[in-house]
Formats: sequence, structure tokens, C-alpha cells
Amino acid sequence: MSAPTTVAPQPSTTDASTSLTKPVNGKRADKVFKGIATVCGVLILVVLAAVAIFLLVRAWPLIGGNRKEVDATISSFTGGAATNFWAYVGPLVFGTVLVSALALIIAFFIAIGIALFISHYAPKRLAAVLSYVVDLLAAIPSVIYGLWGGIVLVPAIYPFWNWIAEHLGFIPLFAGPAANPPRTVATVAVVLAIMILPIITSISRDIFLQTPKLLQEAALGLGATKWEMIKLAVLPFGKSGIVSASMLGLGRALGETMAVLMILSPGMSYSFKLLQASQNQTIAANIAAQYPEANSLGVSVLIGTGLVLFVITFLVNFAARKITQKASVK
Amino acid sequence: MLCTVAACGDNAPIGGDTGAEASGITGNYAGAGASSQQAAVEAWISGFTSKNPGTSISYNPTGSGAGVTTFLTGATAWAASDKALSAKEVQESKSVCGSGTAFDVPVYISPIAVTFNLGGLEPAKDGRTHLNMDAPTIAKIFNGSITRWNDAALQQQNPDVKLPDLPITVVHRSDKSGTTQNFVEYLKAAAPDDWKYDLSENWPNNVGQGAKGSTGVVNTIGQANGTIGYSDLSTIGTLGTVDVKVGDQYVTPSPEAATKAIADSQIAKNLEGANRVVIDVNHTTSADDAYPVVLVSYDIVCPVYKDEGTTKFAKAWLTYVTGEAGQRMAQRAAGSAPLPQNIVSHIRTSINAMGADAQDQKEDR
Repeated sequence: MSAPTTVAPQPSTTDASTSLTKPVNGKRADKVFKGIATVCGVLILVVLAAVAIFLLVRAWPLIGGNRKEVDATISSFTGGAATNFWAYVGPLVFGTVLVSALALIIAFFIAIGIALFISHYAPKRLAAVLSYVVDLLAAIPSVIYGLWGGIVLVPAIYPFWNWIAEHLGFIPLFAGPAANPPRTVATVAVVLAIMILPIITSISRDIFLQTPKLLQEAALGLGATKWEMIKLAVLPFGKSGIVSASMLGLGRALGETMAVLMILSPGMSYSFKLLQASQNQTIAANIAAQYPEANSLGVSVLIGTGLVLFVITFLVNFAARKITQKASVK
Repeated sequence: MLCTVAACGDNAPIGGDTGAEASGITGNYAGAGASSQQAAVEAWISGFTSKNPGTSISYNPTGSGAGVTTFLTGATAWAASDKALSAKEVQESKSVCGSGTAFDVPVYISPIAVTFNLGGLEPAKDGRTHLNMDAPTIAKIFNGSITRWNDAALQQQNPDVKLPDLPITVVHRSDKSGTTQNFVEYLKAAAPDDWKYDLSENWPNNVGQGAKGSTGVVNTIGQANGTIGYSDLSTIGTLGTVDVKVGDQYVTPSPEAATKAIADSQIAKNLEGANRVVIDVNHTTSADDAYPVVLVSYDIVCPVYKDEGTTKFAKAWLTYVTGEAGQRMAQRAAGSAPLPQNIVSHIRTSINAMGADAQDQKEDR
């Protein structure tokens, strides 16, 4: 599977460079390039199928295996709290979606703000620097975010969560007392938000920059203020792009492992208490945490949860597609 | 018969015959199991291979359960585990051992400190702060029924300090751990009325916060005032430690104190399989200066392997590891407690029973 792809690029680069300098048989180059592109296109499908098949095959003992042994394995993972697969994966799905959704909510508005600032407000030079910094943020590996979150942010953010718990504690989401150290869903969501910020920002920025000048100038010409112009011309134009950017960000948050693993104090419940510890856990972090000590059936159970995560990501992307299509039809 | 052999063992110089026996051992050998032993095993490997330059040894800290499972497939020469073998596992070992069944001997004893972070206390001479607690108090903190530092039970045992009105944040392991297993064994044995949970390597309740690994627990405790948790004594740095009530005194955790508690413990009897040395840790000891919260970790080997080289290796390995030099290595590398003499003599007996010759003789008799 990998052999043709590793070999194939070689002729393509030489072909491309020679075709630029002197005229060669254009038809041949065309065919080669078409072939390479097709292989690449098929490859992604093959990889996706391979992952799906791997997950299914390795998770099969869950479905086809001895139910009693599976249940015993799960109960050993949870200390007897859950005794079947759905009771085990349910809170994990809940935790994963909760953490990711929160991160998206936090990141979304900030990202749009940064993107608009870069595209429409900032002076040219500052905009260039800012763009660069945002892209740099995307290149930081998640384990660094995890370390930073776990060592620096966790102790530093406690006074803030404590203040929220004291003043907004009447809202069930913020019910106190705030855990100290705050290794909670709220803190993880903040770190994940920072991690997905650059993706959403840079895609939105590119879209905003593509807004036709004519539309913008027409809006301004009709007497709109800058904010009204953005509201009338830029945001509607960028809507589908913003949605797909957010979904990409959400995808990263759903699968994020290290940062969650290093910050969150895990728990297995359907709880919305964002400021309390040991309430939720995500699928990815749970796999990473349990894998080292899992036996072969345990690994199957974990891969089964991975399959569920795969399905969730798939659904999220599918939904995003639908939304984008609708938006672009209008 | 056992007694006579045990008597022999007593007279044998500890670790004295390592060099003579070990010579001529070559090949690659692998072990897997408890991560608690990792630092010690690394030290042992370097010590053992320097004495036996022909050998190459690897250790994979996959965790106790996984280590035993791998051992029972025959893929590794020995397993390290924080738990003694179950009767079922002993039976299963028949298929991988050349003859007889696998047995376990303790190789690594480490004090588990109940450790906390509480401002406003005067550090003692060792640089750490100390609080006195008895077993029921510790159990009540970790089961969530004592929730504040100025609780009457705590204040009463620490009359010299003014404890703050601060919530207690319990920090426990979020991953499977032999440390958890041994800690809750202590709670269950020493405070049965306040600790009703089943024994498990997983933390049994939802009190406080979970953190991954010893490092995670220690970091979390260091991050906030009012936290309390448990971890290997060697990992806690300058955090405060709880002096645990033993008899009428409060004992500060130390390797020496852990050894004393094990010395005051019995070897479990009526176990499935021969040669086994499983310590029934006396958590309710009242011996002087004995610290009863200890992790005991075992090496699991076959008396005879299908392959003679492995038998020789396993015998030499155990002899080295449980010998004086090996124990000193572990103490330096991992802060573990040396095995007490009464246990060592039992271990010696088991090691002497290893190897085809020893097995034959036994069967003859």
C-alpha cells in the first residue's frame, strides 16, 4: 500500500521541473500527474478504511467474545462502578462531548474576534505579526500545552474559579466549592480552547480576507459603519467557512489526549459540575490512562471506546458538512 | 522437611554465593510487571550484568497484572508484581514451568507515606512537616467522612498545632496501582470499621481528586494548600508526612521503620503451590518504631524452566536481588526498605529449591 506512494513522487518532481524549463511531451506528464493524484485520493480512503477495520477487528471480542469476561474486565477498570460496555462508555462519551463543546464555546468567539481584528482592524504590519503568532500557536505540541496547563495554569486559575463558584454558584454549572487544585473540566476546557484557537482563527481569517471588496465598499457606501459592514458583508460571506473551521477545531478537541490526561482528575459520571474534580473523563484520555496496564481483553474494551470516538468524530464532521452545504446554498 | 531446609538457609551467607553461581550465565532475559519496582530493577539489572557480563536483561514496567499475564504465556523469565499469585495463576503456571509451579518471593519493600500539603506548620528536623494520625482518622479522611483540617479527631491528636479551618482535598491515584492496593490493604486491616471497600488496585471511591502516577499525585498535592494523598516515601520530596499511630506512639515513615513492620509480620501459610514466600503484612503491629503502611512487591519465577539457562539465570537473579548487595542497591536507587532477616531466610529456602537437581532431590525424599 505504501510502496507505490513512496516511489511515485520521485518521477513527478523531476517531470514537473523539466516541464517548466523545456517543452516535453505534455501528455505523458499529464498522465503521470493524474495517476499520482488518483493514488493519493484513493490512499486516504484506504487509510480510513484500514483504521475502521482495525478498530472493528480489535474490538470484536467485545461483541463476539465471552460476555462475562468482558464485564469482569470492565468492572476491574472502574472498580466495579460499571459492569457492561455501555455503562462504561456512556460517561466517557458524555465527558468527551462536554469538554470539547465547552472548549469550542470559549474558543469560538475569541477566534472570530482575533480573525476580524487581523483582517479588518489591525494595521498591516501588526496583522502580519499576529497571523504569524497564531500560526505558531498551532505548532505547539499538545503535551506542552498539557504540561503548561497542569503545572502553571492549574494553580494560577484557582482564584478565578473560586470567585466564579462564590458569585455564580447558584447556576448548577458553577456549583461550588471549586476544587483546589482545580484539575477540573473547566480548566481543561480553557486549555483545549487555547489549543483549538489557532485553527479556527487562521481559517476564519483567510475567509474574511476573501470577502469581495465590492460588497464591503458597497456596504460602506450605503453609510454603514465598520461594524455594520462586517455584520452585513463579511460575516454572512464567511459563515460556512466559520462553521467548518469550528468543526475542525472541535475535531481536535474531541481527540485531544495528553492535555486532558495531564490536567483532569478523572471521574465517571454524567455531571455538569464544571468546577468540581473527579466528575468526567474523556475517551481519548481514558484509553491513554488505562492502556499500559490492560490485558488483551482490556485492550479490546479500550479499542471499543475508540471506535465510539471514531463514530462521534464522523458524526460531527457529517453534521458540519450538512451545515456548510446549507449555508452555502443560501 | 521444610524446617530442616530453612535451618540450612539460615546458615548460608546472604548473597555470598552470587559470584560463584552466577558465572557462566549468558543470554538475553526479560522481565515485566510492577512499575513500583522499576527504579530498583534498573539498579539491579546494572548490578547483575556487571557481575555477569554475558547477560543482557530487560525489564518492561507494564504493571503487575500485565506482567503476570505475560509471564504465564512464557514470554518472560520472571514477573514482578505488587500482589501475590492467585491459586488459579499458580495452577496456570504449570504449563510454562519445566516442572512444579511458579512461586513468589518478596524482593522490594517500600514505605508508603501519607503525605500532605498544609501551610502554617513548623517543619521538623528532616525538613518536612508532620501530623499525627491513627488509622481510623486516615481511613475517615480518605473515605470522605472527615472533610476539614480542624476536625476534632485531627486536632485532638495534634494538640501542639493550631489546625486551620480548611477543606481537605484527598488526592489518590487515577490509574491502577500496587501502591493503592497496599494502601487500602492497610486501611482495611487497621481501620475495618471505617474502610468497607473491597480491595482493588483501583481507587474505590469518588472522594477528592485522581492523578496519574506517583508523580501526578505528588505534583497535585504540591499545587494546593489543604491536600492529602499517599505515595512511595521516596517520591514525596519535601511534602509533609503523617506520623502513623502504632501501639501508643506515632511513627514517622522511613525505610528502617518499614523493615521493622515486615519483620513483625508472618509468612502466609496454606497457600496453593510450593516454595511461596508471601508476607501477611501485620498492619496492626505494635512493635517499636514499626511503620505499617508498606508496599510489598514480589518477583515471580518458576522453580525449573523448560530451558536450563533460564533456570540458572532466575536462580542467580533472585539470589542477587534478595541478597545484601541487591537490597542495598535498591535502597540507594529507589529508597526501598531492606528485607528483614526472618524473611530472607525463607526466601533462601525457596531459592535453594530451584533448579532441576533440587527438584529431583525433593521428589526422591
